[in-house]
Amino acid sequence: MNSGDTAWILISTALVMLMTPALAFFYGGMVRKKNLLSTIMMSFAILCMISVLWVIYGYSLAFGPDIKGLTGNFSWAGLIGVGMDPSTIYAVTVPHLAFMAFQATFAIITVALWTGAVVERIKFGALLAFAALWFTLVYCPIAHWVWGSGGWLAQLGALDFAGGTVVHVNAGISALALAMVLGPRKGFKEGETMEPNNIPFVVLGAALLWFGWFGFNAGSALTAGGLASNAFVTTNTAAAAAGFTWMILGWINRRPSLVGAATGAVVGLVAITPAAGYVQPWAAIPIGAIGSIISYYMMVWRSKANKVDESLDVFACHGMGGTWGALATGIFATTAVNPAASGLIDGNWKQVLIQIAAIATTMVFAFGVSWLLAKALKATMGLRVKEEEEAVGLDISQHGENAYGGVS
Amino acid sequence: MKKIEAIIRPEKLDAVKDALSAKGMLGMTVTNVNGRGRQKGIALQWRAGEYRVDFLPKVKIELVLSDEECQPAIDIISRAARTGREGDGMIFVLPVENAYRVRTSDSGDVCVTVK
Repeated sequence: MNSGDTAWILISTALVMLMTPALAFFYGGMVRKKNLLSTIMMSFAILCMISVLWVIYGYSLAFGPDIKGLTGNFSWAGLIGVGMDPSTIYAVTVPHLAFMAFQATFAIITVALWTGAVVERIKFGALLAFAALWFTLVYCPIAHWVWGSGGWLAQLGALDFAGGTVVHVNAGISALALAMVLGPRKGFKEGETMEPNNIPFVVLGAALLWFGWFGFNAGSALTAGGLASNAFVTTNTAAAAAGFTWMILGWINRRPSLVGAATGAVVGLVAITPAAGYVQPWAAIPIGAIGSIISYYMMVWRSKANKVDESLDVFACHGMGGTWGALATGIFATTAVNPAASGLIDGNWKQVLIQIAAIATTMVFAFGVSWLLAKALKATMGLRVKEEEEAVGLDISQHGENAYGGVS
Repeated sequence: MKKIEAIIRPEKLDAVKDALSAKGMLGMTVTNVNGRGRQKGIALQWRAGEYRVDFLPKVKIELVLSDEECQPAIDIISRAARTGREGDGMIFVLPVENAYRVRTSDSGDVCVTVK
């Protein structure tokens, strides 16, 4: 046991925990006034619910003793055997409980991420039901494949430092599936203006996400040392490069917008996530900048096509950013940073193929299962609020609350 | 007795207020409003691309004056609020049946006459 490592993991856990309420503000600011609270509530309720499910069975499913490389078993359910002593497999210098808590915060934010696709029209009960099922049948298995001891993608040699595939590709593609089954917001097809209610909230959220991401990426070193420092520097550099790039793209188009710069920074953080502890600091600049460009044009295309109301572009930001990041990991990984990983620049072109396999499997599995779960819920409890509830806004119709009360 | 409803550019509110008070016209009610006219809307930046906002923020000034003081007030407001570009606003004049001052229970022109 190492007290420095333990302190860093506990702090990182708290940092990553903050990312979910940060995401709530990031998304909350982008919706219309009448849906501000409901959008924040989605992330907040998921923080509560997944924290509990993780302790009851989630951690065991994702990280527990392996069954055929596909899933953990239930022997750590209720955290039986997960105690103050370090695990013999994961993060061997910190208490097993600390590693478990750190991983809990990743599960929470991954579930919260796709809520951006379904804001302003999903029934709150349906959202929670989908969240619980998706967590169990999509997140836990994929986390096991990539990070669990014995997981098949880990065996294959897929590199994912802090969650490019497990978190971002997974949430992004699932967001797309759920939005397709749920259908667009009223007025979306007609091109009705849907004005964001609070840009400062968006930026506050993005800034707190950036802050929390130091825990996400540098914490994923699982030790407090050189590797964590490398991940810390790549994280900040990628976010900055991507935020700046997005700002320039907006400027070329018309004006450099704050909401664009904030979005770009988040995309840069997404892109560097799988690579943070495998690549050199300079590589964070192309990883962030190219991530921004890919995501930006994906968003332009999505809004021009106007087919799927993937409302807050979770797929463009996280799906595409995560895909690029996972690929870039295969390109820029070098043993100079991490002896466990070498990519194309080390002459190991096979790593790129392995990364593609990991991305493709995650996409196919997550999209397929999400689609089926959404269809099943649509057929049983129904996914959407009533038309008049949507018109009046989800704050009042789902939660009986008003963001800004009073006459003055 | 007339009511003037003047919809003007928000940045002209201070100029209009000062010009009116210089002539002793102190009373007014001011509201933030959104609306459209020949100026039409504006394109705002979204994350990638733009969205249109069809209603622009304006300020509505309401004041009630005696019949004789109405036209001078309209002239003052027009002069102070004008830039010459589309979007300067509109002034509407409505007849008013009566006015009552809450503090004194006075009614009629005496409540709205300039001192």
